[in-house]
Amino acid sequence: MRKYIIRRLLILIPVLIGISVIIFALIHNMPGDPYSHMIDPNLTQEDKATMLEAIGANDPLPVKYYKWISRAITGDLGYSIRYQEPVTDILKRRIFNTLLLSVAAFILSAVIAIPLAVISSTKQYSIFDYMVTVLAFIGLSIPAFFFALLMVKFLAFDLGLFPISGMYSIGSGYEGFKHFLNVLHHMALPLIVLTFISLAGLMRYTRSAMLEVLSQDYIRTARAKGLSERVVIYKHALRNGLIPVITILSLSLGFLLSGAILTETVFVWPGMGTLAFQAILNRDYPLIISCTMIFALTVLMANLFADIMYAIVDPRIRYD
Amino acid sequence: MATKLEKPIMVKDEKGLSPWKIAFDRLKKNKLAIMGLIILVILLLLAITAPLITIHHPYHINSANKYQSPSNEHWLGTDELGRDTFSRLIYGSRVSLSVGLVSTGIAVIIGVTLGSIAGYIGGFLDNSIMRLVDIFMCFPFFVMAITIAALTGPSIWIIMIISGILSWPRIARIVRAEILSIKQREFIEAARALGLNSRDIIIKHVLPNIFAPIIVFATLGMAGGILAEAGLSFLGMGVKQPQSSWGNMLEAARSMRSLRLHWWLWIPPGIMVFITILSINFLGDGLRDALDPKLKK
Repeated sequence: MRKYIIRRLLILIPVLIGISVIIFALIHNMPGDPYSHMIDPNLTQEDKATMLEAIGANDPLPVKYYKWISRAITGDLGYSIRYQEPVTDILKRRIFNTLLLSVAAFILSAVIAIPLAVISSTKQYSIFDYMVTVLAFIGLSIPAFFFALLMVKFLAFDLGLFPISGMYSIGSGYEGFKHFLNVLHHMALPLIVLTFISLAGLMRYTRSAMLEVLSQDYIRTARAKGLSERVVIYKHALRNGLIPVITILSLSLGFLLSGAILTETVFVWPGMGTLAFQAILNRDYPLIISCTMIFALTVLMANLFADIMYAIVDPRIRYD
Repeated sequence: MATKLEKPIMVKDEKGLSPWKIAFDRLKKNKLAIMGLIILVILLLLAITAPLITIHHPYHINSANKYQSPSNEHWLGTDELGRDTFSRLIYGSRVSLSVGLVSTGIAVIIGVTLGSIAGYIGGFLDNSIMRLVDIFMCFPFFVMAITIAALTGPSIWIIMIISGILSWPRIARIVRAEILSIKQREFIEAARALGLNSRDIIIKHVLPNIFAPIIVFATLGMAGGILAEAGLSFLGMGVKQPQSSWGNMLEAARSMRSLRLHWWLWIPPGIMVFITILSINFLGDGLRDALDPKLKK
């Protein structure tokens, strides 16, 4: 088992280098001058040139890449051109906000989706099953940002139930529990959107996994030997049915963490998604590449976690 | 779902049924899939006959007529330049549907080519291609797409290419896995014994056997292309004005005022995207059940 994990981790290294090279090359070919924000416009042309030379703006791409990666390994992600502070400091603030939202959505969607899917699989072709299926199809088909816009329009603007955007009321001066409630209030709409979107896939997947298990011979055997339906479903079927669900759960966590750019933008949620979008608009190279690498790393880790969990819960999987 | 439907068809008339006929009969039993297919055909017809359906030109600016709410003259009102929203919606379907089709086409061509090379030839090529797949699989789609769009400048062609290039790894994986299992079969050995080269074996003997998953992927992949267009254009990184697309019509909702007051500008295109994706999902799901019940998401 340990060997398997170490080998998987080693495979990550070339993949990560590949991703970073591609992203690095892409970003450094973007048009526009990212340094114009940085340099005092009153400087003379020669002073500007020497400054740019000193920070390595004129180095060839491989040299830039080498400089960047050798610092990145030590945890120094450079200096944001726009925000004038170290990238790691900005990321620390933003990652928490995205984690808060996506972990909450993840837990909520799992808690809702799995029971619904299990019930609907045991009552296949019933009205309940039909409703769950339709709900899942709607969730799979509605663009997350359009759903978010509808929520803002109807629940926030028209009914005034929720704040329109942001993470807390600026200038309210709330502290402690009141601040927590305020954040919760702001979080409600983005949470509803993300939960609904990730719920749908989870529900469909769990349902079909359960249906497959329920058609197995050992379920018939369990019924034939006179076990109650409850024991058959919740003890024999559920345990096996949830094995593949673990994979999709891990993958959906990766998706939630890295895929929220549009939802966050609609709600102006101060997370990684809005940060990445702003960084791209501002041509803030160090910030873009750091964000992208973090997103990629999240997906990679989620995939790895899925495989490891799968190997742990299902002894039939071989590690080689 | 498929298990209950299969039985009567298989028994009824076993002689003379081609695999395609069997699949089509199965698909016909799936009401949702047929509904999806019908809606998609209608949308396609609307897109093709756009000039016949609309009265107003989608680019026609009328500054005396801004932000009109829906009326008999303008079924879905007018936008910030006084252009007819209904015309823009119908013309926009051309953009959205063609982005879906072309980007899927690109993904299928790249994915099937690389997937079959990896699966059939194996060895070093397989390893390199699969590492490339790993790399592409963990690209954060929208961050990469926005970066590329910022690099090249927004345009409809760029969206097609970005969406295609970012979504080929999945089909490559499926094709590779299918080929690995087919490679072991006797008829491939026979073809090799007859002296055919790898290219001919892949194209004439292997690929026809894996049409089913490719078709399912291509159908569902169109949804991804349309969603990518909508998302990118919504962020202002996609189809440029004055050309209209569902995505850049949705961009109207980024203004708080239009979001609150001018629902006719952004709700109709959003609903169109939703209906299109829903139909594609219904059809794709039905095709999956009909063509290959083993397949899962």
